[in-house]
Amino acid sequence: MPLDWAYVAVFALVGAVMAVLPLGVVWLLAPRSQYAHKRIPYESGIVPFGEAWSQFHVRYYLFGLAFLLFDIEVIYIYPWAVVLRELGGFALVEMAVFLGVLGVALAYAWKKGALEWA
Amino acid sequence: MGLGGLLDALWQVEFLRMVVLAAVVFTFLAVGGPLFLVLAERKISAWIQARVGPKHVGPHGILQTVADTVKLLQKESIVPHRADVVLFTAAPVLVAVAALLDWIVIPFAPGVIVRDLNVGILYFAAVSSLTVIGILTGGWASNNKYSLLGGLRSAAQMVSYELPLGFSLLVVATLTGTLSTVRIVEAQPYPAHFYPSVIVAAVVFLIAATAEANRIPFDLPEAEAELVAGYFSEYTPMRFALFQLGEYGALLASSALFTTLFLGGWKGPFALPGVGPVVDGMVWFLLKTYAVVFFLMWVRWTYPRSRIDQLLNVSWKILLPVSMANLLVAGVLVVLG
Repeated sequence: MPLDWAYVAVFALVGAVMAVLPLGVVWLLAPRSQYAHKRIPYESGIVPFGEAWSQFHVRYYLFGLAFLLFDIEVIYIYPWAVVLRELGGFALVEMAVFLGVLGVALAYAWKKGALEWA
Repeated sequence: MGLGGLLDALWQVEFLRMVVLAAVVFTFLAVGGPLFLVLAERKISAWIQARVGPKHVGPHGILQTVADTVKLLQKESIVPHRADVVLFTAAPVLVAVAALLDWIVIPFAPGVIVRDLNVGILYFAAVSSLTVIGILTGGWASNNKYSLLGGLRSAAQMVSYELPLGFSLLVVATLTGTLSTVRIVEAQPYPAHFYPSVIVAAVVFLIAATAEANRIPFDLPEAEAELVAGYFSEYTPMRFALFQLGEYGALLASSALFTTLFLGGWKGPFALPGVGPVVDGMVWFLLKTYAVVFFLMWVRWTYPRSRIDQLLNVSWKILLPVSMANLLVAGVLVVLG
């Protein structure tokens, strides 16, 4: 078991090193001429006004919140999916209740307009 | 040599094996795969649009993407004014690493898998969603309005489609009673009475995977008519290439997972004559995976882009209720059958 996760860790490290390598090659090969105007963020040709890090619409948060709730519920279903065969009908009824509550939550969010892109 | 020394030596061998495997997988799947896919995409799009496509570099243009990479390596790297340099650099690396990590649980042939994790498909769902963090980070760190909006849209889209995708994985887990990708392949072909549930899960998975890969009809994060290039507007060539690598790597990985879960993985309709089970398995596995990739490219060059409200409606109001109901149907099928 720990060996499995050692594989994941080594893959992540080796992957990061190999992904940074070409950036090193760019650093060695590519020409460099930095002047202030070159680094202006692109805004279709005009001089950008204000910061990009300003307020943005709340709807992104609504979808983020709804996702977070459902994603956590999904995690609970994984162990159930594996052992359903042994537990049989009772577990199925329990999961029907769980998914029913989840369905009511979805219907509520829908009714409240949290799923509208307005 | 005592027991401790022996264990140390074993660990060193194992460690070497990990590093070599990681390098091999990265080279052939996370870099070689996308290079080939970019070429395939250009050739297939040309074919669909009755053009010729890349033709001049190498025979029939097969070296075009290699030449492109060499060019990208010589381009200047620019970080925009007041961008967050650390996050700006980390974002494309994270996306590329996420595409590599996907491959740990993909079985290519009987016994040919990096690591048969007992939580295989849960692991896949977890690491493949690292991509969205990379994209959101890149969009935010650029200090560019187009990038920020592209990154946010991408996050909204990808998290919305992760739910139906997760429920499709759950349906397969319920039907097979395991999360290990190897045992899921061994459980196939599914018994005939599972088919209604499997087919619905497969369709939902395919739609959600297209959206996760940010491809037409779901390519809003980089809708070029509205957002320039979306979250990678400010990225100079090699960093942009890492994003592309991650994106095509994720496409290839989700096609491979689709093959594993729904198309029987390494199992072919008949055994190839004169080769062992390993070569046979790999040939069938790659054939199926690239057939799925071809299908996704075909879709991309056939359909127009959808609007973002339509896109989110499809996920939250159609795919999510359908896949929740499908999970219950799968549970009933398992308990009764």
